[in-house]
Amino acid sequence: MKSVDQFPHHLLSIDDLGSDGIAEVLRVTDSFVEVGHRANPKVPALRGRTVATLFFEDSTRTRVSFETAAKRLSADVLSFAVGSSSVRKGESLRDTVETIEAMGIDAIIIRHPSSGTPTQVAGWITNSSVINAGDGWHEHPTQALLDLYTVRQALGGGDEGMDRFKSLQVVIVGDIRHSRVARSQVAAYAALGAAVTLVAPPTLLPPSIDGWPIAAVSHDIDKELPSADVVSLLRLQSERGSGEFVPSLREYTTRFGLTGRRAAMLKPETLILHPGPMVRGVEIASEVADLPAAHITGQVSNGVAVRMAVLFLILGQSPAEGSSDV
Amino acid sequence: MSEPNRSHSTLIITGGIVIDATGERRADVVVASGRIQEVGEGLVVPTGATVLEAGGCVVSPGLVDLHAHLREPGQEEAETIETGTRAASLGGYTAVVAMPNTNPPLDSADAVRNVFELARTATAQVAVAGAITVGRAGLRLAPMAELAALGVRLFTDDGAGVQSAGLMRRALEYARGLGATLAQHCEDGSLACDGAMHEGAWSSRLGIPGMPALAEEVMVARDIALARVTGSRIHFLHLSTAPSIELVRQAKAAGLPVTAEVAPHHFSLTDACVAGYDPVFKVNPPLRPQCDVDAVKAGLADGTVDAIATDHAPHAPEFRDLPFDLAPPGVLGLQTALSLAITEIDLPLTRILALLSWQPAAIAGLDPSNGGGQGGLITPGAESNLCVIDPTATWTVDPMTLASRSRNTPYAGRTLTGRVRHTVFRGEPVVIDGEAQR
Repeated sequence: MKSVDQFPHHLLSIDDLGSDGIAEVLRVTDSFVEVGHRANPKVPALRGRTVATLFFEDSTRTRVSFETAAKRLSADVLSFAVGSSSVRKGESLRDTVETIEAMGIDAIIIRHPSSGTPTQVAGWITNSSVINAGDGWHEHPTQALLDLYTVRQALGGGDEGMDRFKSLQVVIVGDIRHSRVARSQVAAYAALGAAVTLVAPPTLLPPSIDGWPIAAVSHDIDKELPSADVVSLLRLQSERGSGEFVPSLREYTTRFGLTGRRAAMLKPETLILHPGPMVRGVEIASEVADLPAAHITGQVSNGVAVRMAVLFLILGQSPAEGSSDV
Repeated sequence: MSEPNRSHSTLIITGGIVIDATGERRADVVVASGRIQEVGEGLVVPTGATVLEAGGCVVSPGLVDLHAHLREPGQEEAETIETGTRAASLGGYTAVVAMPNTNPPLDSADAVRNVFELARTATAQVAVAGAITVGRAGLRLAPMAELAALGVRLFTDDGAGVQSAGLMRRALEYARGLGATLAQHCEDGSLACDGAMHEGAWSSRLGIPGMPALAEEVMVARDIALARVTGSRIHFLHLSTAPSIELVRQAKAAGLPVTAEVAPHHFSLTDACVAGYDPVFKVNPPLRPQCDVDAVKAGLADGTVDAIATDHAPHAPEFRDLPFDLAPPGVLGLQTALSLAITEIDLPLTRILALLSWQPAAIAGLDPSNGGGQGGLITPGAESNLCVIDPTATWTVDPMTLASRSRNTPYAGRTLTGRVRHTVFRGEPVVIDGEAQR
């Protein structure tokens, strides 16, 4: 297993971690989940360090999750919210980022509607770490990591849980084409040896899946559900369901929604995951979202611990003052 | 021609191999008063003549670029006619066709006259491609006859394709009476959508909206059908896909009046270059996979493709600070095109020069058969637009030393074979030993 000091300087995509890096994140997450249960859920690990969230897209959930994670590690947090309108006007991302780095920030956590911006930012700055909090349709690595953590927890946790990924059948359903979550999930599950099946109408699949580490592609959800161990649903943005990619949200629900009828086809131990925000009644029926098999709330609370682990692994061992005790 | 004659001095190009459309031979070339005076072996150096040493080099008709964005007027921070033509001279070009997507666009006689006026002292001939439609908006025909009367021979809405088949048909019919050629940027907007790179394995992995090869192919097929029906000439700009090349191959076999160009980046780079999200690799049409690169090269080899054109597209440095999908497309080309052709294309130098000089000169209507002085034979009496090329010299591309106002070359650090040594424009040595003279 990779030791902490080999952990990558940036987290731009799941591929930066590899299976060892993923395992390390999940292992460290265990400690931070435990911390979260304490009366005072705060540790001094990143005291004296400063992280900045730089969100060019509205996402209260992810931003608050990162900021909570950083604060629980005793880091100072600066929060930059940049209206996406000014981005569209071509305001220089580089100027913004270089200004932030000049303030002595240790990590920049960036969310941007354009794919690849965290990669570009990592190329512009000299010292800060860059953490991708979701870029365009490209990746959302910490979301995939928290999915893995949630699954591992449900599979018994620890090394036993890790081993079970190798025999896991994962079905990812929905708008894979436009989904950064799906790209990170595919890479993450595949890194741990799970067999991933993508389920979507052809219009919502990526134009090419050449080189994707997946087992299969299917357009028929009913065929895939009975053998699935994990069903991961993606949000269908309403603009995708307005006739260009699928005729209507109703027709999408009919063909791909996880309805009560379909949930009944699942094995009892099958996990249902959704990265949120859920559109109840479209990709998932309300009664299914509330089933015990649906680990949606668990995902949210694990999110803080996973992000603590990522921040700790990236910053905890850097040459700066402050304790790295967990 | 009303351009000032700066070519008072006599010069002699000695020790080179002369290559033109008739073949190659060892010969010196004497130039005086803007014209070629003498061509032959072992010529006596005329008194007071400037000697351009050409040992080990090839003396060619000056190169002719069918496709340059000189950005003036409107985007002078990216390029001007002065800096663009200086880059052209250093790249061996003695003529460039300026694309009409300036601001204001070149869709009126005044706008075209302004460019000609700005180019009066340039170090290369600046021809103009006029817009097909007013404002390049694809709705109404531009005053093509007025522009043709000023000498405009090519028309295009480059940067965008004419989306309406009906309007394109009318434009082709109308152009026929003017002796003009329409040039198409083939991109069906409904298929291209907001695509920022080639739609395929790389775009899918990188999460960048893709522009399918189909967007180009569909318009090539449509315009070939229109050429068949109208009988009008059509020139296809910067073809980049295997199916497009094949369509042109078939159209030529059927005897249709079509010609085609390709850009150096489409035979030297692939869409894998985009992996690091650097906007310097964003072009339109986008970089394609290797199979398309191979098809472009095959099209050059078998004569399907008539010309290599730069699609020189300067951008001020801020473009690189934009996210990939928001950055403007385009790369510099004038100073690297010849070297890339020599480096990447496995054809005899004579064929490469045909693709860079006399064939594009004919398409642009700038050759002697159209009354112009570009791409002609190197023979006494001809206008002296020449370049001297060292075909074996190697050099490494350094963006900071390029003459363009912009720095957006995707070839930084790349070592290329073949270098321009001298360029003579209308008798004036505008480049000597790789140095621009003004």
